[in-house]
Formats: sequence, structure tokens, C-alpha cells
Amino acid sequence: MIAAPLLQTLFPNIDDWGEMGQACIDTLLMLGGSLLLTILIGLPLGVLLFLTGKGQLHAMPKLYAALSLVVNVLRSIPFIILMIVLMPLTYVLVGTKLGIRGAIPPLVIGAAPFFARLVETALREVEQGVIEASQAMGATTWQIVRHVLLPEARASLWAGVTVTAIALVGYTAMGGAIGAGGLGDLAYRYGYLSYKSDYMVVTVLLLIVLVQLLQMVGDHIVAHYSRR
Amino acid sequence: MIRFVDVHKSYRVDGKDVPALEPFSLDIADGDVFGIIGHSGAGKSTLIRLINLLERPSGGRIVIGDTDMTALPEPELRAARQRIGMIFQHFNLLASQTVAENVAFPLRIAGEKDQTAIRSRVNELLHRVGLSDHANKYPSQLSGGQKQRVGIARALANRPSILLCDEATSALDPQTTASVLDLLAEINRELKLTIVLITHEMDVVRRVCDRVAVLDAGRIVERGAVADVFLRPTHATTRRFVSEALPEEEAGANVPYQHVPGRIMRLSFRGEATWSPTLGRITRETGVDFNILAGRIDRIKDLPYGQLTLAMQGAGVDAALKALREAGIDVEELTR
Repeated sequence: MIAAPLLQTLFPNIDDWGEMGQACIDTLLMLGGSLLLTILIGLPLGVLLFLTGKGQLHAMPKLYAALSLVVNVLRSIPFIILMIVLMPLTYVLVGTKLGIRGAIPPLVIGAAPFFARLVETALREVEQGVIEASQAMGATTWQIVRHVLLPEARASLWAGVTVTAIALVGYTAMGGAIGAGGLGDLAYRYGYLSYKSDYMVVTVLLLIVLVQLLQMVGDHIVAHYSRR
Repeated sequence: MIRFVDVHKSYRVDGKDVPALEPFSLDIADGDVFGIIGHSGAGKSTLIRLINLLERPSGGRIVIGDTDMTALPEPELRAARQRIGMIFQHFNLLASQTVAENVAFPLRIAGEKDQTAIRSRVNELLHRVGLSDHANKYPSQLSGGQKQRVGIARALANRPSILLCDEATSALDPQTTASVLDLLAEINRELKLTIVLITHEMDVVRRVCDRVAVLDAGRIVERGAVADVFLRPTHATTRRFVSEALPEEEAGANVPYQHVPGRIMRLSFRGEATWSPTLGRITRETGVDFNILAGRIDRIKDLPYGQLTLAMQGAGVDAALKALREAGIDVEELTR
């Protein structure tokens, strides 16, 4: 590694920086993959929650209550437990319970309901009058979702993506403890089980940088889309 | 023609039906500017939304031209709505889109794909409402009056035959209100479209409407040509609206004229009578003395009218009143 002498002085117990680099990449892959799938599943789910909610375009109290219950149940299970509970399902879905691939199903199932709620809240902030105006123009529900709700709410939606991404960073680290790999895995194996606190410090520093970056990029996008 | 046939509307609140509009029938003629005036909660928002079925009636039919709107299946209803423009008190523009994109929106909804056609239609509409220079601004960069002009341009995009105005000027200052009302009148004149507007201000009705219906607690209590309703209101609610539109000293019955000798008369002139020296001629001929207590000369839409409160004295008062009535002037004796 570059700047090796300095790093060696600061963190004498870390003998394989390549492993650290790989862990970073693994964390980023888990984060990217699960964030993408979380959005793909959570966004439609959030839109459905919004549309079927009380007083909305397609108010369906029973469907809403059912969806809401599922979302709440998934959100109330601590992630580390969810991951263990989901292991058989994970195996069926991706053929392994371990590694990056094994981590993605529980990450998505844990984060998508969370993101869906954020989407629902963001859409509720869209002025009712704008929706009414579109209805008065003869817009279909799909046109309203596509051209009114999502564009009008995009600043809050991006804020939701940012919050979800940061939550997922935390989840991936937890996942590391039970075989998902990545930075959490390093911190747990070396930092906790082998008492090499250097690993813990470096991992935490890297996670802080990652979260800072995500927040900065997210804030930037949100500011760009804020038109009020 | 927009026809309400035995329409009524009630809402279900906590398992009970709460009536919002009592059964009524109403015809609105093509090309008219039709005002619906009422206090908040009188049911006017519900009434205007029945026309494009944003609110479904609990009973009765709404017929536009030959089309029974209440019988249309969803896709046809959407197509019919594209022919009905609507503007709102709070404008309801897309905050995330530019002025031009807002105006283009109904065209896209209606399935227009030709970008050149959209662009030229948008330019034409923005020119009509005087916002050509603001095409690329966002709504948050505009004043209230400009926002409402965008709303009007948007409402006109699909060349509707009807324009619904939901308290369109209530959020605007008096000067802006006047310019928006002028624009509406111009649109009505030039595009020959029917305008239905709801308001709580009689002055809005007086400026632009041809006909008016007065709504009070879910019932139409008075309707007719604006000049008739404005100059001879019969229902208490109408009287209140009319007096709100007048300066305080003319507001009517409450003004004490006890100390004024003679009989107190209110004369209403309209149309050509406003410009001819009828009062002078008749009082001279009948030997009646008069004293002007209050008065105004104004317009109801394009119709000039005058209203004078007089104290009349002399033996010929009755003869004078008769002659005034024969000359087409409304005379009302005010009781003290």
C-alpha cells in the first residue's frame, strides 16, 4: 500500500491492508446492490401505500391496513435477527447464506419497508390541490404518479434515499458479524474477537467517511431539486 | 349548456349523511359567465366540482351539451374533463416544473406527442396571458397574479368549451384581481367559452358575470341576471352580499335618515337611462324638490347603472314616482 510507513506506525496490528481494501469494496457492493433493489421495491410499495391511504386517489382501507401491517412487522424486527430468520429464504433466493450475495436479500427486505414509509410520507407532502388539478385535466392515476407525484416529491424522495443508504451502511456492518463480509466483518473478527483495536478504529473511520460522503451527495441532490 | 337536473349531494360523516347541497336544478347557457356566490361552507366548492365530476352527485344528473356526465365510464370521463378547464384559488401549479412545462402538461396528458406543436401552443397561450417572457421561470419566482395567469393558460391549453374558476381571485390583491377578471372577461368574449366561477365577493360577480346564483347553506336562494339580482336583491343573504359590495353609507336599511325631511327613495337606473337627464326633467315637471343623500354610478359588467338615494318633498312626489317608473327607473321607498 502507498503511504505504508505512516499507516504502519499508526496501526501496527493491521498487517494486510489489501484485505481492508477488499472489505471496503465488499461494503460498497453490498450497499450499492441493496440500495438499488431497495429503491426498486420500496418506491412502488410506497406509492401503493400512498394511493390506497385514507382520502387518497384509490383509498382501499383493507389493502392499506394489510400493507401497513407487513411494513410495520418488518420494520420492528431488529436487522440482525431479521437476517438470521431470513436465512432459509436467502438460501432459496440466491443459493448462499454468506458473502455479499447472501447479505443482499435480508438487507433489501429490511430496508425496503423503511424506504416505502419514507416514500409514502414524501408523497403526502405533495399539495392535494395539485393532484386535484391533474384529475381535473383528465389525467390517469399512472400519469399523476409519473408526472405529478414523483417529480413534485423528488427532493423529499432523494432525502429518503439518503437516509436509507445510511441506514443500509449500518445494516451491512451488522451483517458482517454473521458472515456477510465487508468492513463490519473485519471489525468484528479482528477488532472484537482478536482484540486488534486498530482494525476497529480504521473501520469506524472508513464508515464515518462513507456516511459523510453519502450525506453530502444526498444533500446536494436535495438542494438541487428544491423549488419552493 | 350545462344542466343540473335534480342534483343533490351529501357526505357521509361518522355513518350519517350530511347534506351539502339540497336538491336543485340549474341551467347554465353556453357563452355565459355564470357566478355562484356564497359564504364558505355554503356548498359552492362542491357545486363547481360537480360539473367535472371531481365530486359525484348523490343523486340527479349533470348534462353538458348532449353528454350525461354522470353516466360516463372512467376513460370517457377523463376525455370529457380534458374539454373543461379549471383554475384554483391557490393556483395548484407544479412547483417542480417551469411555466412552459406547466402549460404543456395538459397537452401531454391529452396524449400530444409532437414537441413542435406543444411548443407553439404553449407560446401562443403564454402570449395570450401576457407571460411570454416568463416561460422558463419556476412558479415560486412568480407573483400571485402571474401564477393565476399560468393557471389560466394551462386551463385553456386543450381548447376547452368550459372554464371553471374556483375562487380564482380570492388569494389576490384588489388590483391583481381586477386584471385577472379582465383577462377572464376577454377570454369569454374572444373564445366564446362558458365560464362558471364561484366566489364570496359580490364585486367579482358585478364585474364579470352575466348571471348569478346565490347559495346559502346548500340551497340556491336566488338566481337571475346579475343586474336584477344586484339592483333588486330579494333574499337576505343576497342583500348582505350586495351591501358588502357597496360603500358603507349606501349599504342600505341601517343608515339613519330619521332627521331628513321628505320621503326617502332609492332610484336605480340602468343602461341608457343612466346617461339621460330623466330625474331632472321629471322633478322639474312635477315640482318636486329633492336632496341627494347617497349615490353612485358604476357598471355591472358592461351595463352602466346608477343608484341614488333621495329625500323627495312636495305635492307631486307620487306623480314623479309614477313618471320615473314609466321612464324605466326602479324606485324603492326606504322605510325608516
